[in-house]
Amino acid sequence: MTAMCDVAFLLLSFFILATKQKPPEAVTVVAPTSVSSKAAPEKSFLITLTKEGKCFLIIGDETKKKEILSDLNTTKSLGLSDGELSKLNKQAFIGMPLGQLKGFLAVEGGIPPDKMPGIPIVDSTNNELVDWLRSISNVYAKAGTTQRDLEDKVVIKGDNLAKYPAFKNIKYALKQNAIFKFKIATNSETIPKDSELYMENQKAK
Amino acid sequence: MAEMDTSSGGGHKKGPGVKKPKKLSTRVDLTPMVDLGFLLITFFVFTTTMSKPTAMNMNEPKDDPDNQLKVKNSGAMTILLGKNDQVYYYMGELSPENASQQFKSTNFKDIRQVILDKKKATPIGDLMYIIKSDKEATFKNAIDILDEMSINAVPPGHYAEVEMSDTEAELIRLTEQANGIK
Repeated sequence: MTAMCDVAFLLLSFFILATKQKPPEAVTVVAPTSVSSKAAPEKSFLITLTKEGKCFLIIGDETKKKEILSDLNTTKSLGLSDGELSKLNKQAFIGMPLGQLKGFLAVEGGIPPDKMPGIPIVDSTNNELVDWLRSISNVYAKAGTTQRDLEDKVVIKGDNLAKYPAFKNIKYALKQNAIFKFKIATNSETIPKDSELYMENQKAK
Repeated sequence: MAEMDTSSGGGHKKGPGVKKPKKLSTRVDLTPMVDLGFLLITFFVFTTTMSKPTAMNMNEPKDDPDNQLKVKNSGAMTILLGKNDQVYYYMGELSPENASQQFKSTNFKDIRQVILDKKKATPIGDLMYIIKSDKEATFKNAIDILDEMSINAVPPGHYAEVEMSDTEAELIRLTEQANGIK
């Protein structure tokens, strides 16, 4: 019995330690499937696009988040105090227009992500994602990180039902900041048999 | 008289009436603990999803009006994504006279064969797929068509996303009306 107990708890502790917690999700997003088998990068800048066309940003790099926020504060002259900045720093999801940031931070207890209006990405003239990404690349450039490293970290996660123009506007914001390569979060899907890719993979083996 | 009995002499010898203290077993019944352990294991195994999120790479070209890529008419195939997961395509350049004959409608299931046929029929140097998305198309459509390109092993650089022209948008509208797609 002792041995059995040992095994049970060993397995239990293994599973608990080996599983990684799923990062929190702002809103439910059903990602499309793809045959790509590359793992999504960690500590990424996750741009979430919901099916209503709302855009959220999650700054996964905690070490640089504070710097990014203060950079944005100065470049866009938002006039946020230190207290407000650190409050914003604690928020995982960013999903409000720059003009409303102050008002949102004043709300006691914060606003749940599904009530947020999203970062405006309406068109090229009113695309605040451009400003967010500019601050991100500013901070990265200061830290001596190359554009290439930054490109590795940008992930777009969109809902299946999101409309194409919203996605196009996100791409526009990325292009404005000279980010030409990025990743799209997808769920994996098996490669169809007898397809060209399947045969190539077989040949490689 | 009150007198202590000291005859047993330090407790070494016990008289016939004195019982030995019963040795209690140190073994604990582990069954409930094991039950609990396995219950937790099954719980964790069932609740965790093994799927690791994957990511697809995407490369966007730099906007460079002076350095437009020239595409051979014979090697080009334009794929248009419409609403309701509809796919339209035409080969080469759209000529105003017989646009309706060139313009074909299909769906995501059948487009794979069309892409493959085009790939086989065209020398690789001339091959170019031009993908255009309508504003009614979804994010899923845009990703699915790029995925079709990887499924058909179309080498990178032989497909590109381009803005849709008004004529093409108009053709999609007309086809949708004719096919009764709302």
